[in-house]
Amino acid sequence: MIYLQLFLAFLQIGAFSFGGGYAAMPLIQAQVVHKYGWLTMSDFTDLITISQMTPGPIAVNSATFVGMQVAGVFGAIVATLGVIFPSCVIVTGLAVLYKKYRKMDLMQNVLGSLRPAVVSMIFASGLVILISALFVNNKISFSKGNFKTRSFLYFILAYILLKKFKMDPVKVMLGMGVLELVVQCIMKAV
Amino acid sequence: MKNRRMKEKNQIMSALKEQDKKGCSEARSLSRSRILRKIFFETLYLSTFTFGGGYVIVSLLKKKFVDDLHWIDDDEMLDLVAIAQSSPGAIAVNGAIVLGEDLAGFPGAICAVLGAILPPFVIIGLISVFYNIFKENFIFEALLTGMGAGVAAVVISVALDMGSDVVKSKDSINLLIMILAFIANYFFNVNVIWIIIAAVMIGVIRALTSRKGEKK
Repeated sequence: MIYLQLFLAFLQIGAFSFGGGYAAMPLIQAQVVHKYGWLTMSDFTDLITISQMTPGPIAVNSATFVGMQVAGVFGAIVATLGVIFPSCVIVTGLAVLYKKYRKMDLMQNVLGSLRPAVVSMIFASGLVILISALFVNNKISFSKGNFKTRSFLYFILAYILLKKFKMDPVKVMLGMGVLELVVQCIMKAV
Repeated sequence: MKNRRMKEKNQIMSALKEQDKKGCSEARSLSRSRILRKIFFETLYLSTFTFGGGYVIVSLLKKKFVDDLHWIDDDEMLDLVAIAQSSPGAIAVNGAIVLGEDLAGFPGAICAVLGAILPPFVIIGLISVFYNIFKENFIFEALLTGMGAGVAAVVISVALDMGSDVVKSKDSINLLIMILAFIANYFFNVNVIWIIIAAVMIGVIRALTSRKGEKK
């Protein structure tokens, strides 16, 4: 039963994530965190972080990770197959059509309208991740012990490094991780 | 007499044809298995060492199969990338599938997709096991806390870049779609699948109306 759930959940993610990479993120979040509760929001943020550091698309990485967490190796296989199944069918179909017609202006129009919607959803997903990174209980409140000031500074620093200095995202993230580790070590020593 | 000669000739011809076919299919199956092996190991290799987004692996696939091997030409590759982008799913996976299918049909697509997903599957599978062990570890926890803030910055800066492209395009319908999608998703928790379906519908309507306009 759990295998069927995993397969269907990731089938939906595979079938509806247009635009690659980050576009899959809101869908994964909706299925895995909100609908089934397989991961907590902080696990999900960790998953995205790990996904950025390792080869492979976020959708495939998430399928393997969640499948493994929920139902072991077989779960990972089922979820991963689920996420690539729509690609296999649709891409092969389109490739055959392309060989016949070599024209895709309908597809181009559809993609043109999808893009702004996908942008919004990525932004919303980024906000949720930001909130989970900055506030201990995932709610915007600046009461003592809830707001992580250091994380907020890391966020600002990372944003500047990315935008102003065009640094490699993986290096920026690793840098923030090492920074926090160093700060915690110093705080422990003091 | 003439008839018999014709018959003989026909027999020889058909025998020759038969042989030709055999030889051809033998050569084809030989090079085919070589092609399939090449597709599998190339995608496996690229997928293992490609960090970052799907476009990275697509450009590496182009380098290998267009520039190095000359199996397909530049224009065709561009069209294949367009197909990979237009389809749902990860671009790296889609790119591998469409390339494999173009080079060697359905078996090619299977080889390519297996090569593309095997490395992340193994790596993330192992990490997933270690994640549970190290989750409470002090060093691991500190690293992930810092990186969590970093990943938020990465995602938001990507979204803002893409969003500013939409704003700059000065297409009012696109702008409207963007704003409505954000409100629906963030404030009203509308399922993302419905938002995508709605955007697809708008795209179809736009394609149909622009086509009608052209006919006039």
